[in-house]
Amino acid sequence: MTLLPTTILDVFNEPGCARNASKSNVERKNGCTKQLKPGGAAGGCAFDGAKIALQPFTDVAHLVHGPIACEGNSWDNRGSASSGSDLWRRSFTTDMTETDVVFGGEKRLYRAVKEITEKYDPQAIFVYQTCVPAMIGDDIDMVCKAASAKFGKPVIPINAPGFVGSKNLGNKLAGEALLEHVIGTGEPDYTTPYDINIIGEYNLSGELWQVKPLLDELGIRILSCISGDGKYREVAYSHRAKAAMMVCSKAMINLARKMRQRYGIPFFEGSFYGIEDSSDSLRQIARLLIERGAPAELMERTQALIAREETKAWTAIERFKPRFAGKRVVLITGGVKSWSMVAALQEAGLEIVGASVKKSTEKDKERIKELMGQHAHMIEDMSSREIYKMLKDAKADIMLSGGKSQFVALKAATPWLDINQERCHAYMGYVGIVKLMEEIEKALYNPIWDQLRQGAPWDEFDWKRQAKTVAQMDVQVVDPVRGATANGVKTISFSNRSEIGDGESAIAAHGRNLVEPAKPCTNSTARGPACKDTFSDLQPSALQAAE
Amino acid sequence: MAIVTASKKACSVNPLKMSQPIGGSFAFMGLRGAMPLLHGPQGCASFGLTLFVRHFNEAVPMQTTAMNEVATVLGGLENLEQAILNIYNRVEPEIIGINSTGVTETNGDDVEAFIRLIRQKHPQLEKLPLVYVSTPDFKDAFQDGWGKTVARMIEVLVAPVDAARPRDGSRVNVLPGCHLTPGDLDELRTIFEDFRLKPSFLPDVAGSLDGHIPDEFTPTTIGGIGVDEIATMGQAAWTIAIGAQMRRAAEIMQARTGTPFRLFERLCGLMPSDEFIAFLSEISGRSVPSKYRRQRGQLADAMLDAHFHIGGRKLAIGAEPDLLFDLSSFLHDMGAQVTAAVTTTNSPVLQRVRTEDVLIGDLEDLEELARSRDCDLLMSHSHGRQAASRLNVPFLRVGFPMFDRLGAAHLTTVGYRGTRDLIFDIANLIITDRETNHGPTPDSWPSPAVTCRSIRPSCIEQEEKPLG
Repeated sequence: MTLLPTTILDVFNEPGCARNASKSNVERKNGCTKQLKPGGAAGGCAFDGAKIALQPFTDVAHLVHGPIACEGNSWDNRGSASSGSDLWRRSFTTDMTETDVVFGGEKRLYRAVKEITEKYDPQAIFVYQTCVPAMIGDDIDMVCKAASAKFGKPVIPINAPGFVGSKNLGNKLAGEALLEHVIGTGEPDYTTPYDINIIGEYNLSGELWQVKPLLDELGIRILSCISGDGKYREVAYSHRAKAAMMVCSKAMINLARKMRQRYGIPFFEGSFYGIEDSSDSLRQIARLLIERGAPAELMERTQALIAREETKAWTAIERFKPRFAGKRVVLITGGVKSWSMVAALQEAGLEIVGASVKKSTEKDKERIKELMGQHAHMIEDMSSREIYKMLKDAKADIMLSGGKSQFVALKAATPWLDINQERCHAYMGYVGIVKLMEEIEKALYNPIWDQLRQGAPWDEFDWKRQAKTVAQMDVQVVDPVRGATANGVKTISFSNRSEIGDGESAIAAHGRNLVEPAKPCTNSTARGPACKDTFSDLQPSALQAAE
Repeated sequence: MAIVTASKKACSVNPLKMSQPIGGSFAFMGLRGAMPLLHGPQGCASFGLTLFVRHFNEAVPMQTTAMNEVATVLGGLENLEQAILNIYNRVEPEIIGINSTGVTETNGDDVEAFIRLIRQKHPQLEKLPLVYVSTPDFKDAFQDGWGKTVARMIEVLVAPVDAARPRDGSRVNVLPGCHLTPGDLDELRTIFEDFRLKPSFLPDVAGSLDGHIPDEFTPTTIGGIGVDEIATMGQAAWTIAIGAQMRRAAEIMQARTGTPFRLFERLCGLMPSDEFIAFLSEISGRSVPSKYRRQRGQLADAMLDAHFHIGGRKLAIGAEPDLLFDLSSFLHDMGAQVTAAVTTTNSPVLQRVRTEDVLIGDLEDLEELARSRDCDLLMSHSHGRQAASRLNVPFLRVGFPMFDRLGAAHLTTVGYRGTRDLIFDIANLIITDRETNHGPTPDSWPSPAVTCRSIRPSCIEQEEKPLG
């Protein structure tokens, strides 16, 4: 067993990572990610990362050892698809109580493993460590070892408590856990020269199945996918693969590199997003397999398949070109998806006016620059307010991003498309890219945008009337009853505005233009001393008129 | 009297419960210009944020003190200080609402003392309200976090009142439980205003999370009740608390300002709505507007139309105590049998749920109970979807989170109109289920004597001979 700090140092020392290689020794010790800024941080913790990376294993019970927050607030939130067991979608947690925090949670954890074994009898149990039990010193490695011996099934400790770092570090720690406890513990029934591993692919919306038929056609077998639609047994014998493709480059590079080191499995970094990237990846797979002893004719068959699929995809995309001419896209997502998406979108004739490079390496950035030209905006770390302004000023026609930033675009009445993990469509391979184009077209040309960009009919009307009211107010102030009546009527019409803005800002906005007695009481939010006397001052006739 | 028991399992499977810090943050989201801040590792805020975003389909403000391992060892003062300053400088909030988490509670951070130190060191924060609530993850549940946070808001933000000054007879404080949606709050607001009462909702998530489109993008909440209005809540004539979780907050309000309160544990159903409307009529001194007389009639008619379908249904419900009590009582009043009830945390209302036993447990418990007791209507938040599809029974999503259907914010179940619509939703669900799964076939009612006609061909021949 290696200690967690040692593992983390080892992960930070990743020689396979281009970005890491360019750092000084001191920098490297500080870790991959920027130090998190309190009050200005976003994104998940290491536990989140570990769970993301491993949860797609379908026949494993994922047991979270911690208080309810870690699992209760987060379970069943990802769209990985399974071709078999649905065990992975069930949620298991020790839901630690105050008593456990005081007396230690190890016994509870052991009993939890026992209950799961008795009730669900899974292939394996993954036990995730979280902050609170890590603080009080619960030794999950020891509990897992004991439980494993007692119940005769793999109980694997995943040591990535949230506070050790970011989501990305969690991905890597999950990889380390697989290397230490799972990979190499099983043997496949048979092997072929065409066996590959796919690493860092989570089968979101079932998109792996957009690519798998192509591999099937070529006779290439996915020996193990880590972890989309994965099974425990498959990971256990994944060391028998001939080659590997690493999909999400930053997430599990340590796993790919160490498998090369230990088992001699060569890997390449590729992507199935976009036509050219898909073709490239297929060629790379064929190349590596041939290097490891597969017949050379595999390359010919691969090339033929690529030619066929590319023609089909290009033809399908052709029809979007006139629709996309002159349309500008902002792309805000994690590093690897950025550059592979950029190529894909350009293939369809879209202009990329900005792409986020927050998680990209220097090499990625150069590639993006190369693809997009010097004018494109590389978004290092853009605040929501800036993005909103960019969209509101119509600098882009559509934004593609992850779920959390979608409302920035939608509230700016700008088309938006989800390309992160919560999305409901699959965009991989040659069919996926056409699907993406379809979705972009649907979003761009939906008739709602024109309707939403128009203001409410009374907007302009109100402002005119308001100016008139202000002018009249000085005259009417001598007659308090009439004055109040008139103001009351106006008040209601102002309040319509408050339904489009929020109540408060509506008041603030009108405050500039109105003299004190007419300060409107929005009927949706009667609030504050400003509103105090408005209603009681109104005459019944005024109220009727108002309604 | 229902017997309340807690599950003895070591492993919670398919949790129903969510943690109390995010319940607290949710309460802060009903304040204008607020930034909820979780004092803990960044994951705590990130998970909560994702949950709220998926439920409301809105941008949701939430920040974290991003405690890492080292900061946890050294104590959270520095992180809290940095977080407050960063938020103050970057987003100019009107209030920062701080909730603790499991990590900082295990550590024993004295946050109130931290805040005093931070204020001393940074005089520019003098006017910025900082409300801190202790909400460890390993105790209690979502609705407790909400209740505690609202109580604390009142302690910190409501100004003491001058006893000599007369109360504003038209002002009413409303303290809604976390089970009320923005749609519910809007419905209540309309009702209050129809009685010419001016309600102050604390918190007012309808102002911030009702899905409206702001003119400017702001990183804090985009609406809700302002700190200035909260300060004057002591002047109101009445406080109305909704849900037993709000009793403590209402009591604190009364103790601080002398404002009397009335607690409504239920607002769904005919009788609870009658009680509520009668009370408003009483305190406002106005007769019930004709609108509500008509709505009452519509509700009565809906009950008549739907009781054929809802009557006799065996309900399995999993929800937080106040929502569980409200909805199960309403369905009981419609003739359904509350057959399985699972909840998240203890509450005085649980004993009064109209069933034999209430279990503090998880969705696995609910699924097992529903299966063994043959339930044919399931209600819970969206996480119940897996159980519903395995049981193949009609499933109504209620409460938080509801991440796989749209319009969660506007689902309205309070008052005559809300109850009427809920009745139709439930009845339609049952009708759909009958049409899809329980349509009659020639074999629906087999006689025990004749198992299958083909076994006795001789009988058929005998009958047919005379005819031929």
